[in-house]
Amino acid sequence: MKNTKRRAMKWAAGAVGCLAVLTFAGNASAKTDLTVYTAYENDDLKTYKTAFEKSNPDVVVNWVRDSTGVITAKLIAEKDNPRADVVWGLAVTSVGLLKSQNLLEPYAPKGIGKLDKKFVDRANPPHWFGNSVWLAAIIFNTAEAKRLNIPKPESWLDLAKPVYKGQVVMPNPASSGTGYFDVSAWLQIYGEKKGWEFMDKLHENIARYTHSGSSPATLAGKGEYVVGISFGLRGARVKTQGAPVDLIFPTEALGWDMNAFAIVKGTKKLAAAKQLADWAASEEAMRVYGSTRSVVAIPGMAKPIPGFPPNPEQRLMNNDFDWAAANREKILAEWIRRYDSKSEPKKKK
Amino acid sequence: MKVSASGGIAAHSSVGRANADMWIMRAGIVLVAGSLIVALVLPLYVLMSKSLHAANGAFVGLANFASYFANPALSHSIYNSMLVGVVSTVLTIALAFAYAYALTHGCIRGKEVFRIVAMIPLLAPSLLPAISLVYLFGNKGFFKSWLMGETIYGPIGIVIGLVFAMFPHAFVIISTGLSLSDGRLYEASAVLKASRLRTFFTVTLPGAKYGLISATFVVFTHAITDFGVPKVIGGQYDVLATDIYKQVIGQQNFEMGAVISVILLLPAVAALIVDRFARRGQVALLSARAVAFEPRPSPMRDRLLFAMCAAIAFCIVTLIAVAAYGALIKFWPYDLSFTLRHFQFDLYAGGGWQAYANSLTLSFLTAVFGTAIVFVGAYLVEKSGTLPGGCALIQVLALVPMAVPGLVLGLAYIFFFNHPANPLTFLYGTMAILVMVTIGHYYTVTHLTALTALKQLDKEFESVSDSLKASRIKTFARVTVPICLPAILDISVYFFLSAMTTVSAVVFLYSVHTQLASVTVLNMDDAGEQSPAAAMAMVIVITCIAMRVLHFLATRGLARRTQAWKKR
Repeated sequence: MKNTKRRAMKWAAGAVGCLAVLTFAGNASAKTDLTVYTAYENDDLKTYKTAFEKSNPDVVVNWVRDSTGVITAKLIAEKDNPRADVVWGLAVTSVGLLKSQNLLEPYAPKGIGKLDKKFVDRANPPHWFGNSVWLAAIIFNTAEAKRLNIPKPESWLDLAKPVYKGQVVMPNPASSGTGYFDVSAWLQIYGEKKGWEFMDKLHENIARYTHSGSSPATLAGKGEYVVGISFGLRGARVKTQGAPVDLIFPTEALGWDMNAFAIVKGTKKLAAAKQLADWAASEEAMRVYGSTRSVVAIPGMAKPIPGFPPNPEQRLMNNDFDWAAANREKILAEWIRRYDSKSEPKKKK
Repeated sequence: MKVSASGGIAAHSSVGRANADMWIMRAGIVLVAGSLIVALVLPLYVLMSKSLHAANGAFVGLANFASYFANPALSHSIYNSMLVGVVSTVLTIALAFAYAYALTHGCIRGKEVFRIVAMIPLLAPSLLPAISLVYLFGNKGFFKSWLMGETIYGPIGIVIGLVFAMFPHAFVIISTGLSLSDGRLYEASAVLKASRLRTFFTVTLPGAKYGLISATFVVFTHAITDFGVPKVIGGQYDVLATDIYKQVIGQQNFEMGAVISVILLLPAVAALIVDRFARRGQVALLSARAVAFEPRPSPMRDRLLFAMCAAIAFCIVTLIAVAAYGALIKFWPYDLSFTLRHFQFDLYAGGGWQAYANSLTLSFLTAVFGTAIVFVGAYLVEKSGTLPGGCALIQVLALVPMAVPGLVLGLAYIFFFNHPANPLTFLYGTMAILVMVTIGHYYTVTHLTALTALKQLDKEFESVSDSLKASRIKTFARVTVPICLPAILDISVYFFLSAMTTVSAVVFLYSVHTQLASVTVLNMDDAGEQSPAAAMAMVIVITCIAMRVLHFLATRGLARRTQAWKKR
């Protein structure tokens, strides 16, 4: 009996010890650890971290990476007790939402004046600044198109033609930020009336609306469908893997969004966060972003990317992010009313 | 004189011990019930109460529900969820019952292999069957024509994916029920010259009734709450679980997400009530005098059973094999040459191998702590005979997680454990909270497995041990645990494997140092890195298989020794 008890005590002690170790593991570092929430591409993370830490050896960047939607939901759900110190690499449409919920610490990093005005929040001091751009793109599978004898589209309006029936995939704007940014771009460029007319026709051609913004590119890359409405970087990625795809950046209405940087209000490491902000807005950082991005916040810092159009910054539409954020609920409700209620597979039998 | 004195002392001390036992058991009941309240009820309450509030926190009563039902795009998903749920439940239960019957009541070769194959779906992240289904039946798939113009991206894909994913859950519960049949009933039936069919309907089926009902309940609620399968293969066929995703992840509308979570709870509550009713007539099947049932060979039947098992096993293995193929080819479907480059995870995701190590830690801890709390909890509910209110509470709470999508549980954990006023905030962002949420998320199946095994032990064991003045704790350690060892091992493996593959609950909770392999798989796939995703998924599968085989070899001798009592 005594033995059993002693053994039980040992087990209990072991269990408690285990939990204690788990709880406190990773806290024992002399440098300042910053928790950075991001939706950057996985392979960018190492590059950015290394580059920053090289010139700032006293601060360590610890990434928490997930899709835009998950990171945004996490930040908002944690708002009573924020866990992130910094948000670096989140769509500006999401960062705008955080700003409207008063979750960001305003700060003007050193050298912010060098950044293109389009990239900086209008508030003073700014709550966020953008550092690089991602572009809407049509991912077009040439192999399947040849087999099915489908012509290459040049513009969004082409996609409304009957020849693309059942061959277009796009993200559902109600579940993906990319989807919403397409819809809001069309409404801004074509105007409300023409924009919805275009989407009505496009809807006839849509094979399905996907949950994530990158899956249309993936699906087109695998030849499941001929046309994927997605964004440029993902298309370029699929292409380098060996998919027979062309990237098309429509001449009109080239929608875009930014990877934004912001400091989370309530961070206990404000000094280190500002240090990171200063670096993230620096020319050195722009050069680092520019190695994989076609447009960065300081003009002329980006290297051209194969498959991307030359001088894309001149073709960016005039995207009103405030308008897109303010009207989001209304536009989504209308979109859902028009397309989502009939979104189950067409009735057979 | 001397004799009676010592007898008196013994009696006295055993009364004291019985008292101490009683108090220990009561403390245990309070502890288990308390943990379930902290790990499930409070977080879920915090989240679900949002369904009655507006985004700014103002109380709005049922207004959110009204706007939900006013929107046909949303409420139509209820019908879709029910349809998919019923069809996949019927299929899963039928297949799992047949398979479990063959393994427990047939004399077929390779039972051990079949048993392992049945568990394979547990080894795979839910993305894996989806990848395979695309290779097999997608628009560029090998067997697209088999679908006769229907698309795999929709209800068909969801049902296949769900049946695959839930088969082992149903199989574990049903086969636990079937394998503990009392051999004497079959002897009696044979002596009475009852036909095989009659024996099946009067002995086998009633004996398996509880397992069948539990399995149906588990499968159905899992089918309507699962989010991984409909997300990756469901196309735009909306079900309740993906609607929650759309609301929470797509639109950050936590309130509407909470409304849908509450609606999802309703069918589960209905299933719970049915379950309680059905359990009323349940009696212990394995009395203290029971003899293990040993099937007798019957060539015709065995051949049929073998063919059926082989067919089911073939389907399971095919889905895994196709994904393995996917991990080894360069680029589907345009470059089918072989390569190993997809296994160089450090080229792709941030710290792929570190995530894998984290997953192993999580699985191990979940298996150890989860099995302990689940089995002790089930034992106390079934055998302690004290604090009936507490036991009933555990019983009800244990069934809650099944009705809650992991996504909802994970989100609820943020709201509860990250609240500044919560003394437990120190858990947030640690491995401990991942262990907690995983145990919580998978509590139902393991609890039901433990209960099914325990139910079939006669309470006489406890009475006898009481009259022998043995301590209850000793009886638990010396009799109950050894008899239930197969079930205990099943539970721990189940926990290990689930923790290895789980995504939905942990996706909100992992932190800087606790990135997990299963989440990495999902993110790779999302980023269009399908082959590396398949490769990482295969590494998880291989780990799980290794674990399963190791476990099987290490415990075979043990099980043989502890199960010898069942033989005559």
